[in-house]
Amino acid sequence: MSLLNHHPYLEINDVNKQFIVDDQIVPALSAIQLAIQAGEFVSIVGSSGCGKSTLLRIVAGLECDYQGTVTLDGKRIVGPGLDRGIVFQEHRLLPWMTVTENITLGLTESDPERKKQIAQTYIELVGLAGFESAFPNQLSGGMSQRVAIARALVNKPQLLLLDEPFGALDALTKIQLQQEILRIWQSEKTTMMLVTHDIDEAIYLGDRVVVMSKRPGMIKSIIPVNLPRPRNRTSYQFFEIKKAIYREFFHEDEASLEYVI
Amino acid sequence: MSLHLGKGTAPKVRRYPKNNQTFTWQQFILPIVLLIIWQMFFELGLIRSIVLPPPSTVMKTIGELLQNGQLFKHLGFSLIRVLEGFSLAVLFGLTLGIAMGLFRNVYLWLDMLIQVLRPIPPIAWIPLAILWFGIDEMSKIFIIFLGAFFPILINVIEGISQTDHKFVEVAKVLEISRLKFTSKIVLPGALPSIMTGLRVGLGFSWMCVVAAELIAGTEGIGYMIMDARQLAQTDVVLVGMLTIGITGKCFDYMLKALERKLLRWKTTYQGA
Ligand SMILES: Nc1ncnc2c1ncn2[C@@H]1O[C@H](COP(=O)(O)OP(=O)(O)OP(=O)(O)O)[C@@H](O)[C@H]1O
Ligand SMILES: [Mg+2]
Repeated sequence: MSLLNHHPYLEINDVNKQFIVDDQIVPALSAIQLAIQAGEFVSIVGSSGCGKSTLLRIVAGLECDYQGTVTLDGKRIVGPGLDRGIVFQEHRLLPWMTVTENITLGLTESDPERKKQIAQTYIELVGLAGFESAFPNQLSGGMSQRVAIARALVNKPQLLLLDEPFGALDALTKIQLQQEILRIWQSEKTTMMLVTHDIDEAIYLGDRVVVMSKRPGMIKSIIPVNLPRPRNRTSYQFFEIKKAIYREFFHEDEASLEYVI
Repeated sequence: MSLHLGKGTAPKVRRYPKNNQTFTWQQFILPIVLLIIWQMFFELGLIRSIVLPPPSTVMKTIGELLQNGQLFKHLGFSLIRVLEGFSLAVLFGLTLGIAMGLFRNVYLWLDMLIQVLRPIPPIAWIPLAILWFGIDEMSKIFIIFLGAFFPILINVIEGISQTDHKFVEVAKVLEISRLKFTSKIVLPGALPSIMTGLRVGLGFSWMCVVAAELIAGTEGIGYMIMDARQLAQTDVVLVGMLTIGITGKCFDYMLKALERKLLRWKTTYQGA
């Protein structure tokens, strides 16, 4: 991560990925080329099924059967590691564990007192105080997603992979959690990769927005967001970037674009 | 640092879901109606007492057998045999099942043998059991053990193999140890299936105890039934049958209570 190293923190180099479904080759990712600097916040948008989750899973080390190379800090990714945290698209909480137990599941801290303290900190961070001993089936979708975020955060990963983490949240909670993620990003210097279908969110959070095209998933363009933080979602510059992203999506003329927005 | 989302408004969360497994009045209606019809058939002279003695006679016989201690004596013997055989089956079934579920190699080595042994009814083992263990307790317990062992084993393996791949990935990403993965993710996930195995196994134990008590000996509910058959005491046969039914139900109730306690995170479908 030091300045002496010339390679980016995460380097995805010409990655291709196919799935075999019913003896048929289904291309999922094609020629993905992406370099992410340490401490960068990258948003990824793209239509459903374009391979966003697959890309995150490759970086997480859960998919190893692909062509191309993915390096983290100069070393090839060969499997999962505690340097990376992931919030899956579905919350994946263990139904037989309470909120606290789910959050501390992967905690490397062994001292029980300290463990409880850390759990409490993160429970409060995601606004679930009072639900410590609730089971996942007693939580709403958004609450479960927040537990999943806390679970990914407890070991302070250097790279956090977020797969539509705010999808199930109401607008207000979403905005609050977006700010919380920004705060964590700024204080912990975590590198962030966020998949989202919310273009506003992608622009509000990201240093760059990666726009992916459909089947096979390719990077269509990477749009830098050179706006100072905190960003104003209603500013003209914000709107201009939004327009540029929509343009990538629809390849349509300006007239109908104005209509969409 | 806190967001105070929902703080203050968070309701007290009930740790134990509502207990809806207790007895309800609906359960008793049909048995009572059947008893009344059965009694009426007798009063109207439609069935002979030797073929099917009426509930009133059965009740009287129960009273007698309770008074002279015969019922408790026989039940006691059967109960101890069931507990011994079932406990052994739980011990071996759980251990072997977990080993086979967790380690692919153990599974591959043992699976064929188990698949061939499993369909053999425990009763078919009786001749061998006598040759190996004599006609005393050991052979009876062996038969009960066989009856309970396979359902437990199969359900433990099945439960472990059902471990959700999504949770396996969570474990990988969090880099949790194999031991923790087994104890916190695999086994709790397999627990519903394991509990089913235990309940089915216990049911089989009761079937087998009756069969095993036909081998020899002069005690046990199975013996009581066969002895009564030879003396044409149909009422005693019925009392024996009823005793097994009720005791089996009580045991199952206890296992179900345990299951409810262990699986309180689960919401089960109760029917529409
Ligand atoms: N395990 C798998 N086996 C076969 N095909 C798969 C598998 N996982 C993903 N795919 C295919 O790969 C493609 C990309 O899937 P992926 O989950 O990455 O999409 P996504 O961009 O995350 O979509 P969404 O926005 O709906 O979550 C899809 O066409 C999907 O059918
Ligand atoms: Mg996805």
